[in-house]
Amino acid sequence: MAAGFKTVEPLEYYRRFLKENCRPDGRELGEFRTTTVNVGSIGTADGSSLVKLGNTTVICGIKAEFGAPPTDAPDKGYVVPNVDLSPLCSWRFRSGPPGEEAQVASQFIADVIENSQIIQKEDLCISSGKLAWVLYCDLICLNHDGNILDACTFALLAALKNVQLPEVTINEETALAEVNLKKKSYLNIRTHPVATSFAVFDDTLLIVDPTEEEEHLATGTLTVVMDEEGKLCCLHKPGGSGLTGAKLQDCMSRAVTRHKEVKKLMDEVFKSMKPK
Amino acid sequence: MQTESKIRADSRTEPGPRGPGCSLRHFACEQNLLSRPDGSASFLQGDTSVLAGVYGPAEVKISKEIFNKATLEVILRPKTGLPGVAEKSRERLIRNTCEAVVLGALHPRTSITVVLQVVSDAGSLLACCLNAACMALVDAGVPMRALFCGVTCALDSDGTLMLDPTAKQEKEARAVLTFALDSVERKLLMSTTKGLYSDAELQQCLAAAQTASTHVFRFYRESLQRRYSKS
Repeated sequence: MAAGFKTVEPLEYYRRFLKENCRPDGRELGEFRTTTVNVGSIGTADGSSLVKLGNTTVICGIKAEFGAPPTDAPDKGYVVPNVDLSPLCSWRFRSGPPGEEAQVASQFIADVIENSQIIQKEDLCISSGKLAWVLYCDLICLNHDGNILDACTFALLAALKNVQLPEVTINEETALAEVNLKKKSYLNIRTHPVATSFAVFDDTLLIVDPTEEEEHLATGTLTVVMDEEGKLCCLHKPGGSGLTGAKLQDCMSRAVTRHKEVKKLMDEVFKSMKPK
Repeated sequence: MQTESKIRADSRTEPGPRGPGCSLRHFACEQNLLSRPDGSASFLQGDTSVLAGVYGPAEVKISKEIFNKATLEVILRPKTGLPGVAEKSRERLIRNTCEAVVLGALHPRTSITVVLQVVSDAGSLLACCLNAACMALVDAGVPMRALFCGVTCALDSDGTLMLDPTAKQEKEARAVLTFALDSVERKLLMSTTKGLYSDAELQQCLAAAQTASTHVFRFYRESLQRRYSKS
């Protein structure tokens, strides 16, 4: 009977739960789904990670290639993110060129990398003006159950921490690059940006980590990306119902707590990988 | 029908450290300048200029039809080159902002298309696009529950706040924040930011943007009053 009511009046069904300060899957309004992360599972990639946020699954693979540095920044390498939302992850997407949601997500990840200065682009330069590393980050969504931005940011961060770049020397006589695959070093990750997404219901209620159904029923969404010093890298609110300054403040405090949870999880994962 | 407004458009007062001696650039708005779209507007902020045209409520493709409200579409064309991923991202921001204020339920199974063309970019482009879109929607007579406006804030390395930055100020700033606020309660409808900043700075910028939006809404009101008082 409840299933019938849910099909006919999904919003009313939801409101009944929200009145009791909980959600249909049993979570509280400020509770995240179970987060699991796995690093280094793709052997062919230079760095990889798999993040599951409840049912939402995103896999990130990073390949490092050589490229010429851009002419206006000859001592910097670059990072090229790409988010791929294929028909596999949800019925809403068709195969072909990236749709709007994928493009928006790619732009969001590019902005997070740029704003948070997660890696110093100068570290990627091998020879000023001639050779630099280009990191191609491919984020593929395997299962879309809402909150894609949080999962992608986390997957990117974990994969970047897993990337090992071989040592490159430029042979002066031949002017060619010599790659020493035996000597690899990790990237210098300067900050750890963590994204926290909220959905706004009926202009007043804020819930954390929305599932796909909740995203559809919501009147607005908000994503806050914070680093460990409490500095904001990105406040992404693409329209939707209005929020007051006080509500934003609540979001910030929740984002700070979420950052601590994620950082703890990441430290555990990387500590367990150390003895190799 | 052209209206101009000099909102403290004389040379900006020197901003002291954290001093709110910020002023907005010279505004100008012209409505109903194109004959084919149902509504059109050109909005100028300093040297930044955006032309907006609105078609709607009009026929919608069956695949895009929504049974109980209007389908809103935004197309943003850059000044040079083909539209890319950044334009798609901005289109999404503008579209969601318009969807929050347009009363789509009054025109179900129709489409409202907003087309924006960047004529010149001298800083605060997204805010100018939002303002042009709002004026064009008003000119087209699309029912809305509130007006909205875009305000850009820039924070430089020593924390000084600048409103409505020029392109040069944006490049040198540590953080650039763009907000869309509604006219009824000055609530935050849309926000997009670039760069690193703290929570307290965010609240400060939001408060400054809310004060600045009062000027923008006053300008909208004056410009519409002048237009309708003549006819």
